[in-house]
Amino acid sequence: MTNQQDFIITLKNVNKWYGEFHVLKDINLNVKMGERIVICGPSGSGKSTMIRCINHLEEHQEGDIVVDGVLLNNDLKNIGQIRKEVGMVFQHFNLFPHLTVLQNCTLAPIWVRKMPQKEAEAIAMKYLERVKIPDQANKYPGQLSGGQQQRVAIARSLCMNPRVMLFDEPTSALDPEMIKEVLDVMVELAQEGMTMLCVTHEMGFAKKVADRVIFMDAGQIIEENEPESFFNNPQSDRTKLFLSQVLGH
Amino acid sequence: MEKFIPIPSRPAPVVEVGLIGWMRKNLFSSIPNTLVTLFTVYMMWIVLVPFLNWAFISADWIGDSRQDCDSGGACWVFVTVRWNLFMYGFYPEDSYWRPNLAFILLLGILVWLSVPRLPFKKWVAIAALTVYPVAAYTLLYGGFGLDVIPTHRWGGLMLTLVLALIGIVVAIPIGILLALGRRSEMPVIRMVCVIFIEFWRGVPLITILFMASVMLPLFFAGGTDADKLMRALIGIVMFQSAYMAEVVRGGLQALSKGQFEGADALGLSYWQKMNLVVLPQALKIMIPGIVNTLISLFKDTSLIVIIGLLDVLGMVRQALADPAWLGYPAEGYLFAAFMFWIFCFSMSRYSIYLEDRLNTGHRK
Ligand SMILES: Nc1ncnc2c1ncn2[C@@H]1O[C@H](COP(=O)(O)OP(=O)(O)O)[C@@H](O)[C@H]1O
Ligand SMILES: [Mg+2]
Repeated sequence: MTNQQDFIITLKNVNKWYGEFHVLKDINLNVKMGERIVICGPSGSGKSTMIRCINHLEEHQEGDIVVDGVLLNNDLKNIGQIRKEVGMVFQHFNLFPHLTVLQNCTLAPIWVRKMPQKEAEAIAMKYLERVKIPDQANKYPGQLSGGQQQRVAIARSLCMNPRVMLFDEPTSALDPEMIKEVLDVMVELAQEGMTMLCVTHEMGFAKKVADRVIFMDAGQIIEENEPESFFNNPQSDRTKLFLSQVLGH
Repeated sequence: MEKFIPIPSRPAPVVEVGLIGWMRKNLFSSIPNTLVTLFTVYMMWIVLVPFLNWAFISADWIGDSRQDCDSGGACWVFVTVRWNLFMYGFYPEDSYWRPNLAFILLLGILVWLSVPRLPFKKWVAIAALTVYPVAAYTLLYGGFGLDVIPTHRWGGLMLTLVLALIGIVVAIPIGILLALGRRSEMPVIRMVCVIFIEFWRGVPLITILFMASVMLPLFFAGGTDADKLMRALIGIVMFQSAYMAEVVRGGLQALSKGQFEGADALGLSYWQKMNLVVLPQALKIMIPGIVNTLISLFKDTSLIVIIGLLDVLGMVRQALADPAWLGYPAEGYLFAAFMFWIFCFSMSRYSIYLEDRLNTGHRK
């Protein structure tokens, strides 16, 4: 038996509806510190909704979500507490176009963590170097390629020094030749021991870094396993079908 | 394998150069285009030439009574003898320096804020919103050793500017709050804002001004003492805020949901998200809409004539009714139109300039 304390994220019997539509059904998920989880499944299966519940971009109606020991409810203090510790990278980057790359990265540390500007800038430069674009620091997001923007978005999240990173299809909006540069950054991050929940269809990435792959369909977690077994020996026929479609070409 | 060598880029072809080239391309490119050009030139000839002749060449500029207007052209003497009245209303002549100074300070602030090289922008902006209103009020109205000049003596262009400026400056923040309230997740706040906006937007300004002057005193004990200008201003601000709120809402809606989520995910609070992420972008989008409502407010200020205050147009109309000067409506209205046009056009240009400056050129 593992103690509750060992889990950085716990979802217990989480249910969510959009109006009448039951989008998440009895979701149970425990994430250990340092664990790397890849979530896949057909479009509309609720993957985004699930990870967006973790930082309360979506509200769940039933069940408990505990992040880093904080119970997620409607208490604004708890929500703020959790968002500080949970970074998120979106499909469409969601960088702030009116701010430079550097300002994008220092905004939250300065205003949320109350960090002095100098210090925030030093940290931002450190992470921009890690994602290999320190030379773009004073440009605006609109002047960068998609791959560069997504790397800025990753750096921006890292600047808050989060304990968990959520990725929602970070490479889906990118041209093929830019996918690799973003995945490389993510692989590095994984190897450094960052706890990651990553919705992606990049199965190569899953095989390479995931400790666990979760397959969702119709708002449920259908199957979860180590990547090795997940890909070579899927248990459910739904998973098999999905894998044949994704890996087929 | 053959090595790929890209074809070097060449400069774009230069087909038309110089004035002749430009005219050939734009004015005489085809037979219909040539006809349109000739027709337009002809129309300008028959309309513009007599007008220019009337307004400038054979106009009378100098004098002090209508006897000086004998050339058959425009009688600008009508305007020049009343210049002070049109500018300041019945404001005492020996105090003209006060509104003048207030106006120069305002221009100074605007120029300071719009010239990129000048430093301390933030402080100038803060002073513009805190120190300047107090200073301007003291200058115009009095206090701190200056004679009090009651607002019923204010008039002309000065009154127009006071109304428009206060209407604008106060309505913008209220409008922003109303727009945010309208999108709030709290039903009570949302409802209050919707009712407020829809009420003021549904009533013509002229009715509001009328209510402000006639009905307000009925509802509030002591309301009769409240300054007439103050009452009109409250009405104008309410009206203008409602319009502003809808412009702001349009700007907020133009922002992608991702911007809100990006800010949320970073842990920014509601007000941080609004001030640092949402409003700076939304305001930029809203500039044309804001300026549009400002221009229409600027012109609507003339309506205060119905409560007995005389803005620049009101002053002109009063002058037109002067028995000693009957017969110069063209000059009077043209002058009033020109005054409005100068300010509205400047606002329009200023907004284009602002848009250019704020545009980082790289919207997503
Ligand atoms: N705001 C919303 N309102 C109503 N339905 C929604 C909303 N967002 C998502 N959905 C629906 O919920 C389901 C799950 O969506 P999502 O979590 O985005 O799926 P995925 O990320 O797996 O593709 C989809 O059927 C989608 O149409
Ligand atoms: Mg999704």
